[in-house]
Amino acid sequence: MKQQAAITLQDVVYETEKNKIIHGITGMFTKGKITAIIGPSGAGKTTLFRLCNGLLSPSDGNILIDGEDILTFDPVNLRRRVGIVLQQATMLEGSVRDNVALSLQLAGKELKQDEAERIIQEVGLEAEILDRKSRDLSGGQKQKVSIARTLLNEPEILLLDEITSSLDRVSKQDIENLMRRINSEYGTTIIWITHNLEQAKSVADEVWVMMNGTIAEAGPIDILDHPENDAVKHFVMEEEK
Amino acid sequence: MSTLALLLTLIFVLIPLILSKTLQLGLEKDTLIATVRSIIQLLAVGYVLQFIFDSGNILYIFLMVALMIGAAVQNARKKGASIRGITWKLVLTFIVIEVLTQGILLGLQITPPTAQYIIPLSGMVIGNSMVLGILFLNRFTSEVASRREETELILSLGGTPKQAIQRSLLASIKASTIPTIESQKTIGLVQLPGMMSGQIIAGADPLQAVMFQLLILFLLLTTAIVTSIMLGFLSYPTKFNERMQVID
Ligand SMILES: Nc1ncnc2c1ncn2[C@@H]1O[C@H](COP(=O)(O)OP(=O)(O)O)[C@@H](O)[C@H]1O
Ligand SMILES: [Mg+2]
Repeated sequence: MKQQAAITLQDVVYETEKNKIIHGITGMFTKGKITAIIGPSGAGKTTLFRLCNGLLSPSDGNILIDGEDILTFDPVNLRRRVGIVLQQATMLEGSVRDNVALSLQLAGKELKQDEAERIIQEVGLEAEILDRKSRDLSGGQKQKVSIARTLLNEPEILLLDEITSSLDRVSKQDIENLMRRINSEYGTTIIWITHNLEQAKSVADEVWVMMNGTIAEAGPIDILDHPENDAVKHFVMEEEK
Repeated sequence: MSTLALLLTLIFVLIPLILSKTLQLGLEKDTLIATVRSIIQLLAVGYVLQFIFDSGNILYIFLMVALMIGAAVQNARKKGASIRGITWKLVLTFIVIEVLTQGILLGLQITPPTAQYIIPLSGMVIGNSMVLGILFLNRFTSEVASRREETELILSLGGTPKQAIQRSLLASIKASTIPTIESQKTIGLVQLPGMMSGQIIAGADPLQAVMFQLLILFLLLTTAIVTSIMLGFLSYPTKFNERMQVID
């Protein structure tokens, strides 16, 4: 059976006045799978996510979801369908509850107490933390809160940008398990930028290796065991050291 | 005041000039320019007002107000250079402020519909609106830059541009209007407002002068808040494009 695409990219280019950041990417993310994106910093991984979530639009080429160009979607709907957990885990002033409730509040809905407790425990935090001030959280706690608030939008595609970089080993595994469960229970397509090769191999079905704004290599996750591209080979070796 | 008395007031210009010279502050040139400009500008305004009051033609009132608005826009627009179409946004704001305040003053017959009242009150309203506009635009530009991540976070979760910029907008409106409100709390305690002092010196009944000063203070409260809110709501959409993305 031919695999369905959650997101298809066709010759996607993104450039600013000064430089070209994405150099014509063509490829697809398989529906219902977990894909890891790895690559050196500055490769354009975050920019690719911002293009898929509609925070940026391609300078050239097309991005399709279910065969339709995302430029035809209402940006608000697109961003709810393609949820993103941003790298910075920015917190708004106020309580943790305000921050968790943000996605619902933006849609004019209210976050019920039991719902808030469920989601905050799901990401591995205690319910008591809901009443703390967001600025008092540690980096790792902020990452968990920002995962929780994106999950509340119940996106069909989930973009995770280095979301476990400030987490300890146990928390990392908890988040990995949570993502596996979301993927298998709801069939959510997950695309996960990570610096951690071990993490990529343990959670992902497929992988994209990005370098200098292009895909250096892509395919099933085991291609990392014997990359064809020399630059990728070198990168994997360095990372595994 | 006699002409001789006015000439003697130039001593107050000489003092800073001498001090600046001896202490090498380098302020002589600017002091002289400021002195000459204020003499020419105020005398010109004096003659123009005299002419308008004597002629009694209301067209001149409109012309005068239009000139004030033009000058205010010219001054404030530099601060809003990063906002598309800032010129007409300022023009619209000043016109609305002027129409709103004069509408209430004249409509409720608080002040008589003569040039003697309309022109000075318009001058104060537009002048203050201009200062508020500059304060607001400065603050808004810096809030938008410092809250950029917040704005993108809200957009990324499916918020609208209005939701995304709300915090920057409210913070700037508040910050720009607070000085007006704060200064009114201590007014009369620390210093007598300029207009009231002028009236008292010119021989007006102090209570009459106070009542006019109160009218102006209240007028300026409205001016401050309406200016900031209007400019805010006219300006924020220019920070986004039609795909609801932040424009750099
Ligand atoms: N807003 C921007 N304006 C200009 N250059 C940018 C911008 N955002 C990112 N870049 C540049 O684009 C390149 C890719 O950045 P990014 O997508 O963040 O890479 P990665 O996430 O792979 O580290 C980098 O060279 C970065 O400096
Ligand atoms: Mg990045």
